[in-house]
Amino acid sequence: MSETQVQENETPQFYLTEEHHPEHSTMLGFWLYLMSDCLIFAVLFATHGVVGRNYAAGPSPADLFDLGLVAFNTAMLLLSSITYGFAMLQMERNAKMETLFWLGVTGVFGAIFVAVELYEFYHLILEGAGPTRSAFLSSFFTLVSTHGLHVTFGIIWLITLMVQVGKRGLIPENRRRLMCLSMFWHFLDVIWIGVFSFVYLLGVLG
Amino acid sequence: MSSQHSGHESAFEPHHAHSHPGDAAGHGSFKSYLTGFILSVILTAIPFWLVMSGALDSKLLTAVLVMGIGVVQIIVHVIYFLHMNARSEGGWTLMALIFTIVIVGIALAGSLWVMHHLNTNMMPMTHEIMKNMP
Repeated sequence: MSETQVQENETPQFYLTEEHHPEHSTMLGFWLYLMSDCLIFAVLFATHGVVGRNYAAGPSPADLFDLGLVAFNTAMLLLSSITYGFAMLQMERNAKMETLFWLGVTGVFGAIFVAVELYEFYHLILEGAGPTRSAFLSSFFTLVSTHGLHVTFGIIWLITLMVQVGKRGLIPENRRRLMCLSMFWHFLDVIWIGVFSFVYLLGVLG
Repeated sequence: MSSQHSGHESAFEPHHAHSHPGDAAGHGSFKSYLTGFILSVILTAIPFWLVMSGALDSKLLTAVLVMGIGVVQIIVHVIYFLHMNARSEGGWTLMALIFTIVIVGIALAGSLWVMHHLNTNMMPMTHEIMKNMP
């Protein structure tokens, strides 16, 4: 009798620990994904560091880059970071409409960032400074457009989550997804610090 | 999945014990976000000003300052926006971060170091040297 009782007591405990598990492993797993993404960018930064001065008698960063535009773009990304933070604070307060509002603002800032970057690329290519011009421009376009693609997919993810939250509200699943996107979004801002410091500012400095 | 008290995290952060499960990984407050934002604005403005105005005569000093301030700003972002601390996920996120920093450091420093030496030893040859080649 007593043995079966012990078994009955132990069985639900097993399921209880299983239920706790996914919540934590998602955030840690997503963090590990971000770290692996970090390595992709590290390799691209290293490539730019190696060939970033090989202009092939073509234009140099000082000829090409408009630092005012880069500063504007940096401001856009920084603003989108804090508005996403506000969205998370509203999520904690369980305020659905406010969360959606701040997510929308974040998306707009992100979209402006991508638009300005595409405008910059368009002008560079128009001036004959496309990715095929020199090793410097090849690595520049690879690094910066990889970051831009991340932001683009972040915006797509953001819109998807806005629809999800709009339809189903701030359920635990959506909270988890919003927290993953929060890490992703802030992570992209961290990468951008490296881009504007290392690629733009040091490039223009010569 | 949607359990209210995930014992794992609340053991580390007792004040979060009664909040929603999503909060387990820790959020900032309005104040911490604002602090991070203001610090970031300052740390962004300084390097842009240094390069755009050419305030310093020494290019090397400017470059060192730009990269140094960049590193400080990355740390500010990781603390105030990504809420990194030694307690989140039982310290595993910090462990993964440190590991990644080490790998990134090796990849960056190693690439630059090796390729610089390779470049120095394989300087483009002049016509005179080419003619005298065996």
